Amino acid sequence: MSNSANHHLMSPAMKMADLMDLDFSLLGVATRMGLGFGFGEATVAEECGKRGIDPETFLLICRVYALDGYRPTRETLENANLHDIVKYLHQSHSYYMEVVVPELAHALEQTIEPCEERQKKVIWKFFADYKEELAKHFAYEEGKVFPYVEAVLGAHTDRQFTIGEYEENHSNVEEKLDDLKNLIMKYIPHQCGQQDVYRVLFYIYTLEEDLGKHTFIEDGILVPMVGRMEGHE
Amino acid sequence: MSRRILIVVPSVIAAKGLEQVFGDLGEFEVCGILQDLSGSVEVQLRTLAPDVVIVDPSIFDFASRGNIKSRLSEYTDAAIVAFVIQPAEEDQLKQFDGSIGLMDAPTAVIRKVRAALEERSETPRAEGEELSQREKEILICVAKGMLNKEIADLYNLSIYTVITHRKNITRKTGIKTVAGLTVYALLNNLIDMNAVE
Repeated sequence: MSNSANHHLMSPAMKMADLMDLDFSLLGVATRMGLGFGFGEATVAEECGKRGIDPETFLLICRVYALDGYRPTRETLENANLHDIVKYLHQSHSYYMEVVVPELAHALEQTIEPCEERQKKVIWKFFADYKEELAKHFAYEEGKVFPYVEAVLGAHTDRQFTIGEYEENHSNVEEKLDDLKNLIMKYIPHQCGQQDVYRVLFYIYTLEEDLGKHTFIEDGILVPMVGRMEGHE
Repeated sequence: MSRRILIVVPSVIAAKGLEQVFGDLGEFEVCGILQDLSGSVEVQLRTLAPDVVIVDPSIFDFASRGNIKSRLSEYTDAAIVAFVIQPAEEDQLKQFDGSIGLMDAPTAVIRKVRAALEERSETPRAEGEELSQREKEILICVAKGMLNKEIADLYNLSIYTVITHRKNITRKTGIKTVAGLTVYALLNNLIDMNAVE
């Protein structure tokens, strides 16, 4: 099915289960928004209503995930709920650090078990450094950016910070993950189990893809929305 | 086999003079004379297949003069030699494999072009996908935390050459960060653990 057909298919009146079936990455989006499984025949609007989430904002995030290259219109951004966007980003951070990264760590640890000690040590250190960088990046957003956005929403900002600075500080943790992917795929010692390596790569690709969408929600949705509010004050 | 020279100089008199200098020796052959590089540069550079391009930097506007070499290198592997008529800044000339001036004697011109060709054969080209010996040496330095300048000094190369090697290393391995290259070097037994700690 073409992207634009999917775009029109996604509406608040459709069944939640049908929306999920369009693209399985939406299962993750729904979970992080607190929309629990067992949807029955409920529509998107009904499910969102139960959790106090704006259905259009939820669908906006779904479109980012399901439609490659999707770019929201100005009007869509003007009508989106910033609070729900921040909630989604926050929940994603928790999901990455509490679920995906530990799973990846566990799989990697098992995979490099048959390696020589020095090989184990250097691969593990690279991964640990990446993990630390990622955590630092999220901590900055949680500690500085999100509180600022909430302050803008409450119309009491201290002007110590603007969303433009965030854009500049938006460091790129993608390079290291890409390096890890290449190191594992191309240069992992041959004594490692094929299924183990596959599992590690699967987690890396999943994380990489998800982080790409996440970054777009930050740069392409959060930043312009907050920027506009700053300008209107 | 004679070396093919492409002259890209707006002054017809200067271009004819250069042609004369190379004409007598048999070592070089002028394969083309152009007044500028407008139009189908790519096609011209590919079809003429020069070993040396002698170019007057003033045919480029001032803002783009800093990266003439890299722009031309997209289309040709030739050594790029600046032909300087107006005084040029030192920094601008550094990018070239050599430079000759309007007042240079014919013997000096020949000597400088030969030197440029030698410098060129030192610089890396995209050959196989395996790392070359020089690339491995540079990778080891990078993994040990050396700066481009230090690597350049160690192997007596220009910084530009070191940067080109590093670009090729990243293109071949797919690894961009220094930390990643260190892991690569270790997994491939290019260094041992002691070297990084």
